[in-house]
Amino acid sequence: MGVFSIFPVRASTSAGEVDALYTFLLIVGVGMTVLIFLAVLFLAIKYRRRSPDDPAPKAIHGSLLLEITWSVIPLLVMLVMFAWGTKLYFQNYSPPPNDTLDIYVTGKQWMWKIQYPTGQREINGLHVPIGRAVKLILASEDVIHSFYIPAFRLKHDVVPGSYQTYWFTPTTPGRYHIFCAEYCGTNHSDMGGWVTVMQPAEFANWLAGGTGGSMREQGEKLFQLYGCVTCHVTNSQGRCPSLLNVFGKPVVLDDGRTVVADEAYIRESILNPNAKIVKGYQHDIMPVFEGQIGEDGLLQLIVYIKSLSPPTPATSAVKRSSK
Amino acid sequence: MSPTLPFAQVEAPTNYLNADYGWKSWLFTTDHKRIALLYLFSITAFFFVGGAFAVAMRVNLLTPEGLFAHDTYNKLFTMHGIIMVFFFLVPSIPATLGNFLIPLMIGARDLAFPRINLLSWYIYIVGGIFALTAIVEGGVDTGWTFYAPFSSTYSNTHVILAALGIFVSGFSSILTGLNFIITIHKMRCPGMTWGRLPLFVWGHYATSLIQVLGTPVIAITLVLLGLERLLHAGIFDPTMGGDPVLFQHLFWFYSHPAVYIMILPGMAVMSEIVACFSRKAIFGYNFVAVSSIAIAVFGFLVWGHHLFVAGQSMYASMVFSFISFLVAIPSAIKVFNWTATMYKGSISFETPMLYAFGFIGLFTIGGLTGLFLATMAIDVHVTDTYFVIAHFHYVMVGGMVMAYLGGIHFWFPKISGRLYPENWARFAALLIFAGFNLTFFPQFILGYQGMPRRYAHYAPEFQVLNVMSTAGASILGLGYLIPMIYLAWAWRKGPKSPQNPWNAKGLEWEQSPTPPPTYNFDHQPIVTEAAYNYSGEEHEVQIG
Repeated sequence: MGVFSIFPVRASTSAGEVDALYTFLLIVGVGMTVLIFLAVLFLAIKYRRRSPDDPAPKAIHGSLLLEITWSVIPLLVMLVMFAWGTKLYFQNYSPPPNDTLDIYVTGKQWMWKIQYPTGQREINGLHVPIGRAVKLILASEDVIHSFYIPAFRLKHDVVPGSYQTYWFTPTTPGRYHIFCAEYCGTNHSDMGGWVTVMQPAEFANWLAGGTGGSMREQGEKLFQLYGCVTCHVTNSQGRCPSLLNVFGKPVVLDDGRTVVADEAYIRESILNPNAKIVKGYQHDIMPVFEGQIGEDGLLQLIVYIKSLSPPTPATSAVKRSSK
Repeated sequence: MSPTLPFAQVEAPTNYLNADYGWKSWLFTTDHKRIALLYLFSITAFFFVGGAFAVAMRVNLLTPEGLFAHDTYNKLFTMHGIIMVFFFLVPSIPATLGNFLIPLMIGARDLAFPRINLLSWYIYIVGGIFALTAIVEGGVDTGWTFYAPFSSTYSNTHVILAALGIFVSGFSSILTGLNFIITIHKMRCPGMTWGRLPLFVWGHYATSLIQVLGTPVIAITLVLLGLERLLHAGIFDPTMGGDPVLFQHLFWFYSHPAVYIMILPGMAVMSEIVACFSRKAIFGYNFVAVSSIAIAVFGFLVWGHHLFVAGQSMYASMVFSFISFLVAIPSAIKVFNWTATMYKGSISFETPMLYAFGFIGLFTIGGLTGLFLATMAIDVHVTDTYFVIAHFHYVMVGGMVMAYLGGIHFWFPKISGRLYPENWARFAALLIFAGFNLTFFPQFILGYQGMPRRYAHYAPEFQVLNVMSTAGASILGLGYLIPMIYLAWAWRKGPKSPQNPWNAKGLEWEQSPTPPPTYNFDHQPIVTEAAYNYSGEEHEVQIG
């Protein structure tokens, strides 16, 4: 990246698209600026007062036609910006429904903790292969952070108390900045790291490196430790819903609403089970785990619960809610 | 030998400055002009305090490793933001020029509530003392935006004290706005119809609407923040079921309209200057007047564009993006009309007009880069980077401060009764324009390259542009000091000003002595013509 290059390096499918839109805006913006500068310069010189005794010029009170012209033309240009920008935003913020490589990111003052389903853990480092849609599930242990990779032209706030998603398809191997973009306290400016984009084979090798058990295995241990296993798998005796083949499917609640059992719903149901009770079950049976399980452990549990719903053609047809 | 000869009185007829002397005559005055001067000196002091923080920040950013400790830098940008936004920009033009000129422009003896006007200055000072105490006690490190849960739970600095300062000073803003609205409605002199109001007054009317309707919301938000911090109420804290994004909605519900509190008065000044130095009626008077109201109304409906990456519903974001584009139209209308006013005019290049040129150029860039941020896919990349910093400094400093300085020069003879040194003033205006661009233009490039804002340390590849920016800031700082010096000199030693040194239209120049007497006019003013009737037309013409 040259110092005076206006475009940072591009390393994802979205980067080129955002740059194309930016170029359009630059052309319009620079064009308008030059037009107004030239108009002001031209008028100031042409109509400068040549002598202090120049008579006052005749008044021109305005022109409805001109007012309409210089309102409507900018409006039309802005509609193009709006439509283009909105389409790209929806695309860049809606992860593909299936076949994503899911990676779990926890922000805390002042580091990024990253876990792979296979059990690798990294601090301030993220490894991804090219050509594959990668979905990050973002959680925060404390304040709001923002996960930002300029080379992908994408950022998303990491909001405590919720899961946010961030997805991209890397295109170019290399090493790129990760920044925290939302001010988060003392060492905010050091809360950064590097994303390493690799060839798929290289990435497979990297993933094969040793771990202390996959996220699923660690999640299974927690599932037993917290006693979830006693009710939620088999033999639930009507006290609580089975978690087999639930993930990613619609669930009917006792107030009649339907929600999709996604990561955010599972998280909420662990921390505050009474928030959304499945139809036919009672309140206050399950203990409240708010404050009992850390964000890392929650993500491990979610990976385990996901594994109880092996993907079938039926599940992949379910469209996830966007949030 | 003859002590009875009243020599001084022969030289200077009684005016608001020499009508009375001593500190009591200032601190207990109810004269809007004296209160305007109280504000002028107070906000100038805050401007230089806030500016000193900016200088320290730019010094820190000369090298990637920085000079100060992280916490120090975090407090610097926080205090810079708090002081500049709440204690300089919000009161700047309304409380000084607006306060001084609105009664003069509409032919009134004073504002509707002179004692409330003085009260609002005292409230502002009390708020300022809280904020300064927070600084002296060790500062605040939350950013001027006070985002929860960092501000409510995690920060160990003087959040409550600073928030209290802003809370209190908000009442000053509300009272000033209320005073202006009532004055403009009820105290116009005979003949001063709404269609003849100077656009300066229209701009302040729109500003006052926002002050009265918006400021209570920031007050409530800060109270909630205090409850959260002191009593752990659980409003914003997710571990207690609260929602941290709710804080952002509440905060920006005021703080985005507040951006228009900060720019509409600048636009108000622009219309007066452009008309006077082109010797022309403002092109499209009705459109310029109504666009101020349109900005005030639409400005309340765009706050969500600060939350495109905050986890807000994508459909809500879409609506906010759309309205954000719409609000650009009335701003564009103003720029086009000022430019068109120059057509076939008789243009001269005194200092106020140089600032007006600067405003048009810099506000155009600030406004157009606002479109980049309203475009959601671009905002995702550049929000919370230096692109945003550059954008709002082009509007707030390039726009508002340029207009403020232009206005100060334009009405300096009216206020002080003296003339300032024109060549020094032109030199300073050019220096400020050059220094401003060198400071902030590189920040657009830095932002798109991905440098996040509020970084005490940064990646080495960003250094060259940061050094350019710091170099520009030193020129800009010098540019701001020069007017301080020559205006202070001119106030005492400058040549006496005639009543209407610019041959400007408007009651304040044509029917009120310079400087004005305490009750503004020697005779009841009567308006018989439209505003800006520089060509001496006998019949009023209405367009649109």
